[in-house]
Amino acid sequence: MTSVLATAKGPYVDWAALSPLLALLGASLIVLVAGLLGARGAREQGVPLLTLVGFGVAIGCTIWQWDTQKNVISRGMSIDRLSLLAVLLVSVAGIVGTLLAWRSRAAKEIAHGEFFSLLLVSAAGMVVLAAAENLITTFVGLELLSLPLYILCASRMRSERSLEAGLKYLIIGSVGSATMLYGFALIYGATGATDYAGIASAAAKAGFNDDVMFLTGVGLSIVGLAFKSSLAPFHQWTPDVYEGAPTPVTAYMSVATKVAAFAATIRLLDVALGGAFADWKPLWEAIAVASILVGNVGALGQTSLKRMLAYSSIAQAGYLLVGFIVGTAGGVEAVMYYLAVYLFANLAAFSVVIARERETDREDDIAALRGLGTSSPVLAGVMTLAMLSLAGIPATAGFIGKFNLISSAVDGGETWLGIVIVIGSMISLAYYLPVIATMWAGGDPAPARSREDPRTGLPVLAGASPEADELSIEEPLDGIRAAGIEVTVIAAILGVATLVFGIVPQPLFDLVDGAARSLGLS
Amino acid sequence: MTISLSIVLWLPLAAGIIALALPGALARWVSLLGAAMVLAYAAVIAIDYDTGAGGLQYVTDETWIRSLGVHYTLAVSGLNVFLILLTAITFFAAALWVALKDTDLPKPGLYAFLMGLAQSGVLGAFLAQDLALFVVFFDLMLVPFFFLTLVWGGPDRGPAVLKLFIYTLVGSLLMLVGAIATGVLAKAGAGHHVSFLFSDLQRAPLGKGSQEWIFLVFALAFLIKMPAFPFHGWMPDGYLQMPIPVLAVFSAVLSKVAAYGFLQVALPLFPRGAVQYQELLMLLSLASILYGSAMAFSTSQVRLILGYSSVAQLGFITLGIFALNQQGVDGALIQAVNHGLVAAPLIFIVALLAARSGGSEDLRDMGGIAFRAPILAAVFLVLTLALLAMPGSSNFIGEFLILLGAFKSKLAIALIASTGVGMAAVYALRLYIRSMHNRVGPKVESRELSRADGFVLVPLTIAIVAFALYPQAALHAGERDVRARLAPVAAVQHGGAADLAAAVRRGASR
Repeated sequence: MTSVLATAKGPYVDWAALSPLLALLGASLIVLVAGLLGARGAREQGVPLLTLVGFGVAIGCTIWQWDTQKNVISRGMSIDRLSLLAVLLVSVAGIVGTLLAWRSRAAKEIAHGEFFSLLLVSAAGMVVLAAAENLITTFVGLELLSLPLYILCASRMRSERSLEAGLKYLIIGSVGSATMLYGFALIYGATGATDYAGIASAAAKAGFNDDVMFLTGVGLSIVGLAFKSSLAPFHQWTPDVYEGAPTPVTAYMSVATKVAAFAATIRLLDVALGGAFADWKPLWEAIAVASILVGNVGALGQTSLKRMLAYSSIAQAGYLLVGFIVGTAGGVEAVMYYLAVYLFANLAAFSVVIARERETDREDDIAALRGLGTSSPVLAGVMTLAMLSLAGIPATAGFIGKFNLISSAVDGGETWLGIVIVIGSMISLAYYLPVIATMWAGGDPAPARSREDPRTGLPVLAGASPEADELSIEEPLDGIRAAGIEVTVIAAILGVATLVFGIVPQPLFDLVDGAARSLGLS
Repeated sequence: MTISLSIVLWLPLAAGIIALALPGALARWVSLLGAAMVLAYAAVIAIDYDTGAGGLQYVTDETWIRSLGVHYTLAVSGLNVFLILLTAITFFAAALWVALKDTDLPKPGLYAFLMGLAQSGVLGAFLAQDLALFVVFFDLMLVPFFFLTLVWGGPDRGPAVLKLFIYTLVGSLLMLVGAIATGVLAKAGAGHHVSFLFSDLQRAPLGKGSQEWIFLVFALAFLIKMPAFPFHGWMPDGYLQMPIPVLAVFSAVLSKVAAYGFLQVALPLFPRGAVQYQELLMLLSLASILYGSAMAFSTSQVRLILGYSSVAQLGFITLGIFALNQQGVDGALIQAVNHGLVAAPLIFIVALLAARSGGSEDLRDMGGIAFRAPILAAVFLVLTLALLAMPGSSNFIGEFLILLGAFKSKLAIALIASTGVGMAAVYALRLYIRSMHNRVGPKVESRELSRADGFVLVPLTIAIVAFALYPQAALHAGERDVRARLAPVAAVQHGGAADLAAAVRRGASR
């Protein structure tokens, strides 16, 4: 009997190391089933609560496994400081996204169970992507994160813009995925390996500098990654998708996707293909400069806050690339640091946008912020801190983040990229500051939401939730006229975090410390 | 006695935060109390500072950001001791003005908070002995002025405030790269961890190429902040839209941070850059003097006259600094204090003139205001004579030393610059005569200073007179530190790159 068991032993699975990922996947299943419960309260309150618990457990497991460094699933994934940090950031973004979506119309229309389950699955996909040490795992992670996001973008089923955003994202995202997959196939063809370690040793041995197949493969992979991280010139989808998608989804997507995509890019390019990196550096430098310029110039003159933040996110991705291009331990840690800082500031800004979308009928127009300094100083203060942090003004976390990135650029002999960051920041002042000016300069505040909502009354779509039919024409967009206490609280917390980490930044440095060393960078 | 600089640095902000939580009138008085305590503390520091010993005193040294090598290091030196006092005086005067005069100011709590933040920012920039910390405060002190103008500014403040902020932040952001590059590149020379402490940076001078571009970056940031020709584009808009007490502090103190930055950062850390671009900077100063003076006697907006006169005065200060000798820098240092002491009350006078000429701040609507206001006229006259550097005023000594230094170093530039002294007399007297004397303006109602005005203006005027009687106080305090800051420059000038490090060490130990 014992001998049978011994021979039947399955492959060894390190459950402990995988626990953060399993927590997210498990929670997504539980949430999906809980969404089928009959009681409306269970669906509308219980499901988001369970989602929060899921993210909370994932964070707990991450803290438990904080010092783990091992390869799991036959070297398919590496659970190390970088991936655990990614889990932490993605989960924080997930918690914020859940709270922002709690009473949103999107979650009602598509049904709570599906909405939050998809949110958790996409988070799990991000974790897989951030931890992937194999081309196959990388692709699986990428699709696991992308497919739920396509659906989430279209989750406002009665809004043409939301559906359009979902479709656009699906098509362009698929092109990106396909490009990347083609690149992966070529890399595999050239090196005969799909795991990063194998690719690295093959590349080191053969010196693929003149191998057209290898170089094309890497080039196509870079293009695919640039699509996913919304880097210029592969950024065109970003403003439309950010604007059309339900705002809580945009908020979550804008930060969490970046965390995963940058972690994956660092792993693939700085580590696996680090040897051949010199060949690709000019391309990356061009992408970084283009993103910083296109993002910052594109954001000028936008009246939609979501579009403005979309362009600003392109620019911020360009700043992040600088740390990645430097490729030193300092550079990689600066990227992770900046991601954390960006998470606070960007989510804070989106929280305020959501609050104003619910309170006024100006949607995400910049005019919705008028007079906010008088009518709601807390929200105005949060938005101010968020904008100052994104612009990199001292006493906010964004300043330290930029300081860190520029410092790593100078240290890595790329001073000129530091100067490009600064030039980008100068341009960015011209669109971040008017937002602040709109809130504090006085003037008539934006009128409160009126009873009539022109956008309801669109035809009901197949597959909508039972609640979708109940959303009557009289009911305003989100069923509420107030921002919701959870939105205000989360905005305040993120704003305070932005301020505190600008004054006492060392804890964040301690958090990202070791993320690069776990990859073997110096 | 033990003096903690952290207290004097953060006290204004603490008072501001308390005021933020308090209702109207109380907020104004808490803000005033905070400013008074800072003034008392600054006075104690100025008296207690050991001028015989010189150098850094009351040093506070903590690590702020270990991972970036940034220190929280504060100290008083001979260079900043009187500038700190000047800051405390002007902010106190501005707080007094608001407490006594602007009693119907909306959102007084927020106003008090922002002024507190501004004062902490300015004091931080003066006290910082770490390059990164200096940059942080240099940028930070601008932020409250953005909001102060945005909420309480003039009717056309929207575009003006963006212009002002973007202009000055562009300089600051470039400076950020320069500062980071200085720290990181010096690490290679010194072979230790990254450190931004001035003392560490001075011990590991950068190569010639790095010094030159980083010097230019810093010079640009300082020239924009001053403002100096041709980087003064923000000045007319900013001056016209800022509320009076805010403008008084801005005009009196913020430009001095830039002048101080040249002395504290640019000369000791980038001596090769300073020598290389000495003529460029002197020519820019000359252009500022001529352009500022010419504009000051051709415009009729009182605020702009003062704004352009600032451009000219700051031109003199920069000229003195880039004479790169003891007299010039000594003169620049006292002139920085002098101009601050004169600029703040003159801005308050603008408000008084406007109140007496039907709300207009245009010289053409003024005239004959002295008629029933002898005390106002007397105070204004003292300020005017100080502004035009009448012999006997401390400004005269400052300008004299500046020109003496400039003559020693570049004769031709100094000759042309000395005409600026004459032009100052033209615009200062034109301002005084056309507002106070001449034909009585159409809407002018002459009346005497109110008691509240007197409380603000008379002490400032007394301070000017006192400083005129005893300018040696600042000269003596600054002497040793000026020599130490000039030592690297002198070493570069007298050849011998090899001597540079030795000279720096000598200078630092002195």
